[in-house]
Amino acid sequence: MKSTVMAWVLGAAVSAIAATSAMAGTLEDVKQKGFLQCGVSQGLAGFSNPDSQNNWTGMDVDFCRAVAAAIFNDPSKVKFSPLSAKERFTALQSGEVDVLSRNSTWTMSRDTSLGLKFAGVMYYDGQGFMVRKSLGIDSALKLDGATVCTNTGTTTELNLADYFKANNMKYQVVAIEDANQVRQAYDEGRCDIFTTDQSGLYAERLSLKNPDDHMVLPEIISKEPLGPVVRQGDDAWFNVVKWTYYALLTAEEFGITQANVEDMAKTATNPEIKRILGSKNEDGSAAGFGTGIGLDEEWIVHIVKAVGNYGEVFERNVGANTPLKIARGKNALWNQGGLQYAPPIR
Amino acid sequence: MSMTDRSLAYVRSEDAPKLPAPASTVGLQGWLRVNLFSSLLNSLLTLVFGALAIMVIWRVFNFAVVNAAWTGTNRDACVGEAMGACWPMIADKMPQWIYGFYPIEQRWRVNLAFLAFAAGVIPMLIPSAPYKLWNALYLFIIFPLLTLILLTGGNLSFGFSSYMSVVRFMLFLSAFLPLVAYGIEEGIARNRAGLLLAGVVLVLWLASFATGPLPVGPIGGQYSGIDLAIYVVGIIGGALSLIATLKDREGRGRPVFYGWGIGLAALLVAMAFLDIDFGLQPVETQQWGGLLVTLVVSVTGIVASLPIGIVLALGRRSQMPVVRTLSVIFIEVIRGVPLITVLFMASVMLPLFLPPGVSFDKLLRALVGVALFSSAYMAEVVRGGLQAIPKGQTEGAMALGLSYWQMMIKIILPQALKISIPNIVGNFISLFKDTTLVLIIGLFDLLGIVQSGLRDSNWSSASSAPTGYLTVALMFWVFCFAMSRYSMYTERRLNTGHKR
Repeated sequence: MKSTVMAWVLGAAVSAIAATSAMAGTLEDVKQKGFLQCGVSQGLAGFSNPDSQNNWTGMDVDFCRAVAAAIFNDPSKVKFSPLSAKERFTALQSGEVDVLSRNSTWTMSRDTSLGLKFAGVMYYDGQGFMVRKSLGIDSALKLDGATVCTNTGTTTELNLADYFKANNMKYQVVAIEDANQVRQAYDEGRCDIFTTDQSGLYAERLSLKNPDDHMVLPEIISKEPLGPVVRQGDDAWFNVVKWTYYALLTAEEFGITQANVEDMAKTATNPEIKRILGSKNEDGSAAGFGTGIGLDEEWIVHIVKAVGNYGEVFERNVGANTPLKIARGKNALWNQGGLQYAPPIR
Repeated sequence: MSMTDRSLAYVRSEDAPKLPAPASTVGLQGWLRVNLFSSLLNSLLTLVFGALAIMVIWRVFNFAVVNAAWTGTNRDACVGEAMGACWPMIADKMPQWIYGFYPIEQRWRVNLAFLAFAAGVIPMLIPSAPYKLWNALYLFIIFPLLTLILLTGGNLSFGFSSYMSVVRFMLFLSAFLPLVAYGIEEGIARNRAGLLLAGVVLVLWLASFATGPLPVGPIGGQYSGIDLAIYVVGIIGGALSLIATLKDREGRGRPVFYGWGIGLAALLVAMAFLDIDFGLQPVETQQWGGLLVTLVVSVTGIVASLPIGIVLALGRRSQMPVVRTLSVIFIEVIRGVPLITVLFMASVMLPLFLPPGVSFDKLLRALVGVALFSSAYMAEVVRGGLQAIPKGQTEGAMALGLSYWQMMIKIILPQALKISIPNIVGNFISLFKDTTLVLIIGLFDLLGIVQSGLRDSNWSSASSAPTGYLTVALMFWVFCFAMSRYSMYTERRLNTGHKR
């Protein structure tokens, strides 16, 4: 009897050790298998969406490519796992994906109780309003007495109530279950305003009969920070993902672009840029911090060469020249009135 | 009236010319009168629904033809106030809707698999086509192997241990051979030792799950002690069972033994085939999608559900309490749970239970989930058929001295399955449509990939969603309608006059 119990305990202990040793070192695991497994959405315009030629495009997708470039100097060494909203966090927890870059909102409960860590905010989203241009309204504060189309039972409806009450305005709500029908109701003129997350509004606008007759108001009335997520308890991997995000921001801040990054790496004299790009000092010693997090010294060069800086990623996927035409707004750099801020690389 | 007058009476010597039927009962007018305007209420209904039908048809025609966009390269072609269908989007997206994210230069492999499927199924469905046995062998053995190799790229690189697991499993199964050959009682009596050892293997095997790999492996750490024990006991037990099967003066065990041997050889050969490197680029199932995934999931579900369902239905009506209870539990548990929950369990819960690093293919999980689910429903359909067979059939078969399996295969099942055809095909059709639920576990079936394509900002416009859904509805309809028509044809062909 005793020996059976011992066998059980021993077995459990061994499998526990085996479990932890396999979980430790996502960076080593990724390097060993030779590609990054990245969880993305099943299709969200501008963030992660397959085009007709089977290529994944979007900001979330480009972030995965940036991480792959930082590790392998090759943005194609990434495999995408389209995940539904319901299975995304378990897919990350169970190790099916190495990083989840799937327009997931950073909230306290997700950050603290799911065994996950949010590595940054790729896109500051929030609830916004869309109106017809013909109404001549330029601010959400002028919406008193309006009829609002929204989804039923979501936080959207609560935020809406709070905002109108706080600003002492009256409104009438048309709440519909299905997102497509909300859009249709707005398009048919059953309401004056269409409210949902702002990035969603830009995407829905494309599906209206005359997209150019509608505009998204500048106000954002809720906080929906969307960013990449990793498993808790693997700090080295967390650092790689977090600093890949900061590297994109830093590159934009210092004017390092996809086009000029290689020249800058060779000719830079500014010590700060040399640190960022990991250029060699005159005495041959490296100036960067890449090896400190288990990457190459020139990891930022690789990232920017692969996908560009944050501004380029934004403009290419959702910016003014894309059908979505999203303005930078809160996603501008901190020194241009936005919220995107990277700690210094030094 | 006098006699003379009477003699002048006119008698017709031929039939009067036939008058045409009244205009109101023949031709178009008559048909209309009988079918559409037979009463006031009927006329009213005809007018109302006629007007509705014309309106709907006119609108669909307007949408699909008159106002539709036919050419273009992006969403600009499909934006406008009264825009109809956005056909250029369909043209642009259709390959993706059929092949999913299968690498574009490898799509010929999918085409070849589709062709191989058609080559097997079409002659199978035509009753007069010859060589049905060979056809079935192709369809159920060669075609799945071929498709597996074509679609995944083959070269699965099984290790030696995988081959050994198959041998081990077949040795375990051999414990039951004497039961099949000599009937339950005599079989048990002949093979007490073999059955006992098989039981020991089963217990050890379950124990190996509970304890995990033990740290001291006697052979270079590769096999833990428990594994070795399973091997030794399994080989001895298997050998005993095989001897028990063959040891008979009249050689009654021989056909069963041959069947077992052929099964083992076929499995090993199939594995060896999958092991060969044909130089095909490997394509992960994650890259499959669209119609390909819909067909793979539904065909697997359909093919697996009928035999498993029949066995479960027989099990549920069996006299043996263990078999009956297990069948009832399986059927009721699966039927008591929505398909979406089964899929969700397979996709979300299973990875959490498995040790890290071990992961089952997502598509495989969906396939197993769908197959189990449809088997449970099929079992109840078949049971309904079995219950409709009069008791006299069973009694007659028994009076002829047929064994249980002979009775079932020759007398009961052919009749039971025949009357169940409409329900069986109904099950197939609903299974085909239920495959759309795999979207919830991140697989892109036909509907899923259409929805994802509609979110492409290159093509999203007010008319893209209706166009996409119209197209996908048509594609589903074609498959389901074909199945339905074929089932009606089969019913007529097998009709033996019981129909009322």
